Amino acid sequence: MNSRVTDKLATVYFWVSGIAIIALLAAFLIRILGDGIPHLSWHFLFGRPEEIVAGGGVGPQLFNSFYILFLSLLISVPIGVGAGVYLAVYAQKSKFTDLVRISVEVLSSVPSIVFGLFGFLLFANLLGLKFSILGGAATLSLLNLPVLVRVTEEAIRTVPESYWEASLALGSTKWQAIRKVLIPAALPTLITGITLVAGRALGESAILIYTAGLSVSRFFPDFNPLKMGETLSVHLWYIQAESLVPDAKNIAQGSAALLLIVVLVFNLLVGIPSRILQKRLTGGK
Amino acid sequence: MAIKPKIKAEKLNLFYGDHHALHDIQLNIETNTIAALIGPSGCGKSTFLRTLNRMNDLIDNVRITGDVLVDGHNIYGGDSDVVSLRKRVGMVFQRPNPFPMSVYDNIAYGPRIHGTKKKAKLDEIVEHSLTQAALWDEVKDRLHKSALGLSGGQQQRLCIARLLAVEPDVLLMDEPTSALDPISTLKVEELTQTLKQQYTIIIVTHNMQQAARISDITSFFLNGYLVETDKTDKIFTNPNDQRTEDYITGRFG
Amino acid sequence: MNSVADKLVNAKEKTRPLVTSWTRAQQRHDSLMRWVFVGSAALVSAIIFSIIVFVGMQGVKTFADVSPLEFFFSTDWTPTSNSFGALPFLYSTLLLTLLSVVLAVPLALSGALFMAKIAPKWMREILRPATDLFVGIPSVVYGLIGMTFIVPLLGRMTGGIGYGILPAAIILAVMIMPTILSISEDALRALPGRLEEASLALGATRWQTMWRVLLPAARPGILTGIILGMGRAIGETMAVFMVIGNSPQMPKSLLDSTTVLTTAIVKDMGNTNYGTTWNNALYLMALVLLVISLALILFIRIVAKRSELK
Repeated sequence: MNSRVTDKLATVYFWVSGIAIIALLAAFLIRILGDGIPHLSWHFLFGRPEEIVAGGGVGPQLFNSFYILFLSLLISVPIGVGAGVYLAVYAQKSKFTDLVRISVEVLSSVPSIVFGLFGFLLFANLLGLKFSILGGAATLSLLNLPVLVRVTEEAIRTVPESYWEASLALGSTKWQAIRKVLIPAALPTLITGITLVAGRALGESAILIYTAGLSVSRFFPDFNPLKMGETLSVHLWYIQAESLVPDAKNIAQGSAALLLIVVLVFNLLVGIPSRILQKRLTGGK
Repeated sequence: MAIKPKIKAEKLNLFYGDHHALHDIQLNIETNTIAALIGPSGCGKSTFLRTLNRMNDLIDNVRITGDVLVDGHNIYGGDSDVVSLRKRVGMVFQRPNPFPMSVYDNIAYGPRIHGTKKKAKLDEIVEHSLTQAALWDEVKDRLHKSALGLSGGQQQRLCIARLLAVEPDVLLMDEPTSALDPISTLKVEELTQTLKQQYTIIIVTHNMQQAARISDITSFFLNGYLVETDKTDKIFTNPNDQRTEDYITGRFG
Repeated sequence: MNSVADKLVNAKEKTRPLVTSWTRAQQRHDSLMRWVFVGSAALVSAIIFSIIVFVGMQGVKTFADVSPLEFFFSTDWTPTSNSFGALPFLYSTLLLTLLSVVLAVPLALSGALFMAKIAPKWMREILRPATDLFVGIPSVVYGLIGMTFIVPLLGRMTGGIGYGILPAAIILAVMIMPTILSISEDALRALPGRLEEASLALGATRWQTMWRVLLPAARPGILTGIILGMGRAIGETMAVFMVIGNSPQMPKSLLDSTTVLTTAIVKDMGNTNYGTTWNNALYLMALVLLVISLALILFIRIVAKRSELK
């Protein structure tokens, strides 16, 4: 009899834990959005930050978040996809392939602050970029790289091998087969992966503090990648850590809510382009 | 009148690592014939087929000795180009594998990768290939819809049409109807009879009745050896080798 | 001897040559692209290699001024008077990580078991995106919640200021919980059904089966998830920074202000100049973090190998 009671208790316990997880998430979301959304005004979204008085906005930071993301994808996607294609198509059992795989694994476990230090050393110092959008983007791409490699390799491996064989049997070169059959077929999964990478990158801050800097340019929008580019997430940290403005708390809450909304929207949007592609690939009778 | 055989395999041996998969295969196939390769599972007939367009190159650890001559030219020679070879010797696989593209794009794929870009020419090639494959009427109104929406039998004929668009000389078919229903199977078999006037066809099949129906010559493989090759009638009524007779009468395999 | 057949073959060759300039170009492209792909892969290896080398070399310069003994075993961190004892950071990192894992694992495992074995389909449809959403929340946002909610709460409850390892561990536990959960869930799902069947057929209850058969059987996978969660916890910077207090001392309690390796780096980086011992010490800490991450990966591989051998 005891074991039956335990079993019932256990079931209740499990349901409670499942609900607790959802409740925890809901509490977080409500708290952040509830505190922050009231501060989201037009001026907040597009206005410039203030150093001393209240009423600053986060326009430039928001812009920088996306600009740095865009640049870092520009750098990391070709390299990441390239390495992923190598692993999925060209790699044979060799020391080199093992080395590449281990490298990807190690790279994916590097703490983000270490990337930040490395980026500071290499881009800001050695290459003389100082605090710049470009330096930040380059360092951010280090974070994106291992995930992109993995996602690409997986995406290509899910493409049925018969497509590859059919293309080669028709007399195509490997590159033709990759370009015309493999990558298009792997595109939905690939896009999902890239969007996930983007979502994560938008929330990154430790990497960017010492590579992209803590201020924004005087002009808005400023496309010069050599200027300093504080992003929204870095700004959030800075605001609550060192800022002198009297409404720091409000700005922090507003920034947090904005950041959350942007990331959530990104995650939701993930599904859409890949689902459209998927439909086109598999029938659409 | 010594016409060179279209395909000639000479002392062909194949090894998967240490495993000796094909032993001293010797086979001549004339132009515009249908040659059937039969034998029990694992006897090497598909492996042999794949040596003819060097699809075995895709597998690691494969070693080949001996020659395979297509139109007198050794395809395993040092100066041989695999891509060109596959333009001339094409393959249809057991499971239909159309690309996830429209019917049109599937057929146009071959010509496009070989340099044909003009739309008018591609249109012509697409229609011609689909007609040759006896599929044109069924798909002409849905050329730009996805090929994956076709039935299994239609997909296989699509794959044949896709192959024909490349204008090969030789068609290799690796059990092309084993995944199809009887009616589609019949359609594909009829197709081979019309196609043989222009092409040389080599078909691997585990269905002996099919081999007897459609082929001119038949080769019996067993455990990596080519036991016997002869005119189809002779193989199926009065084979020379006892093992051939045993297989055909169903005593094994 | 030009037979009809030969003539036909020659004619065909003339109208449609097999090797054209197009195909030659394609071959050239093919060879080129192959090197591009190999190059990308090589570049990835070069990148991680250079990270280790750059950070390592810079960090090792510290030992020119500070003995390893002092760095690793002294608790006195006063850079302004040339004392570089990083033991408080190492200690706090260890304590924080362990505590986070201890807090995270029960909920993570319960959630994993729930999702793998008990939850009905509609529940799973809610929980799965929920856990994904958890992962998507940026760490600074987690830090903000910690700072504005958990720290004051702890402060009220204990009468202190509320900063310290405890709030950091709580926040970290929430952050790593989804990681541990999803990997454990996958591990549980991957178990062959016959294990469960055999147990139930012997009259065991569902709970007994989970506790005595499934969890032990999925141990390698669960362990992998926990180690990955640990890796995340060790490397987390911003969220921890906002709640841990940031004074460079050994914590006397869970609610005592302290610093971990990651936050030490973030905090001091802006105040130091490149090339000074202080700055080099930060790189040394980064190197320590790298080494720890590498050790964790090694550990995971060992765990995976041992489970395969079974």
